Amino acid sequence: MKVLVAVKRVVDFNVKVRVKADGTGVETANVKMSMNPFDEIGVEEAVRLKEGGKATEVIAVSLGPTQCQETIRTALAMGADRGIHVQTDVELQPLAVAKLLKAVVDKEQPQLCILGKQAIDDDANQTGQMLAALLSWSQATFASKLVINGDGTANVTREVDGGLETIQAKLPLVMTTDLRLNEPRYASLPNIMKAKKKPIEQLTPEALGVDPAPRLKTLKVVEPPKRKAGVKVKSVAELVDKLRNEAKVI
Amino acid sequence: MDFGLTSEQQMLVDSIRAFVEQELKPYEDEVERTNQVRPELIQQIHAAAIKTGFYAANMPEELGGGGLDHIALTLMERELGRTSFALQYAVARPSNILRACQGEQIERYLLPAIRGERVECLALTEPNAGSDLRSMQTRAESDGDDFVINGTKHFISYADVADFIVLFAASGAEETGKGTKKKITSFLVDKDTPGLDVHMGPHSVSHRGFHHCELVFTNCRVHKRHVLGEVHRGFDVANQWLGATRLTVAAQCVGRAQRAMEMATQWAATRKQFGQAIGKFQGVSFKLADMATEIEAANLLCLQTAWKTDQGTVADADYAMAKLFATEMLARVTDQTVQIFGGMGLMEEVGVERLWRDARVERIWDGTSEIQRHIISRSLLRPLE
Repeated sequence: MKVLVAVKRVVDFNVKVRVKADGTGVETANVKMSMNPFDEIGVEEAVRLKEGGKATEVIAVSLGPTQCQETIRTALAMGADRGIHVQTDVELQPLAVAKLLKAVVDKEQPQLCILGKQAIDDDANQTGQMLAALLSWSQATFASKLVINGDGTANVTREVDGGLETIQAKLPLVMTTDLRLNEPRYASLPNIMKAKKKPIEQLTPEALGVDPAPRLKTLKVVEPPKRKAGVKVKSVAELVDKLRNEAKVI
Repeated sequence: MDFGLTSEQQMLVDSIRAFVEQELKPYEDEVERTNQVRPELIQQIHAAAIKTGFYAANMPEELGGGGLDHIALTLMERELGRTSFALQYAVARPSNILRACQGEQIERYLLPAIRGERVECLALTEPNAGSDLRSMQTRAESDGDDFVINGTKHFISYADVADFIVLFAASGAEETGKGTKKKITSFLVDKDTPGLDVHMGPHSVSHRGFHHCELVFTNCRVHKRHVLGEVHRGFDVANQWLGATRLTVAAQCVGRAQRAMEMATQWAATRKQFGQAIGKFQGVSFKLADMATEIEAANLLCLQTAWKTDQGTVADADYAMAKLFATEMLARVTDQTVQIFGGMGLMEEVGVERLWRDARVERIWDGTSEIQRHIISRSLLRPLE
């Protein structure tokens, strides 16, 4: 079974993001970039499937500018077998990503696609669902456990509002990862060395027959409002009064 | 000129940092409290380091090591420098001097050290031979196929854990224009050799859990096949293989200084006095500025020296400059970190005073700051003599 994992290059989770002066987005120049943490979980799960004999090949795919290759290399160092880089400098929105990934899936024919449930930059939480719809595949989102059954199905435990829900889905399947699926490994020295020699195939949206042009326009990006200082109340009666008449929550 | 890290180098840094965070840092408090790294913990770190390929990363790939070049090794040492010295020492980088092993020494000492089966330590220093190494009094006298060794070594780091010792002893003397000069021979000595006693040394203020020992040789017989390199040429072996050790000291200092810097910055940004974060006061913020600048300078000096080592253009003075500047930088940075923390900085629970204590030995071992200055100034003046 081939497994395809999508890996997105995002601003590192440790970086305090700053809005660009012109309000068109966030500052990414001279900022540490890393693999989206949910995608790291995806790579880890795919590599574990391979180590457990369930997967035969793990392919890491990233879409975007040249530097995305570094993100692919990280996936290769974690244990993915090869990479695919779809090169474009266009701003990629979830629908475009889903269409590009569908084109890659059509080409590679994996049985399982693993994506992060969301990317920590735009938090869209759409790509996995869109990809499943475009492919007409089963989808299992917010996965915290994956078991591949022998009969062409998979059991996926999902983190839902009320607790955990375990579903059985037919393969091929699009799965999106939640935080508790696994703890990603750090790359070993031999694997870092080997990553250099693993192949990364170069593709373009044109070659895949996809128009990645954005459908949505960002009007402006602003920082969250500064939190205002609270007030101290003198008595419970005053608190109740404020909750009722000022906050209007009771 | 490219100052950027390659993606492999960056991955290595990220990976070792994750290793330090997950495998070593959780035990820092234990080591500080108990002044030891439990044997089971050493085994656990060995296993984790072997699994991830970081064990013996300095040794050539064809011998089973990691095959890292000096730039990558310097980055690795820098990241390992962020944690307790005693803990990171279990991620062994066997001494390069073992590369001088020949014949059956390779199978008996070098390869087991790379595989993590045996651990070595180096015995040079004596009570009366510190910076003045050649004045060592431990002597090795030839007797048939053996050498008979008598004398005392002290400050022998890790001899409590090690299985064998790379020993330096005086094997003779020669007359030179400047008087009598001792000839030194290097030996590989198994720790269980009869006639060798190993005692724990006194407690050191720096690097808790990392012990040094006293080695007493009393008619200790070592077969001549255990001579490392050639008889009377022990310092040649040391000079050939030990130069880069000073760079590892320097790189570790950069990592430790970075950790101190992060703690100091965090504290300056959150600790409030006079109604504002203390980092708003120039008295504190300018300290941070100076610390950051010095750390960056030491980092670049280390990486440049590593690059020169890889290029084959490195000189003794390069290692001396890197070690001198980085170790003295660490002293200033950790001292200022304690100052920024104020009284809290002296409390063991905060974790700042240990960086400050650990900094102290770095200006002393592997050649004192004075010896490094001697090497640098000699390289400047000797051409003009």
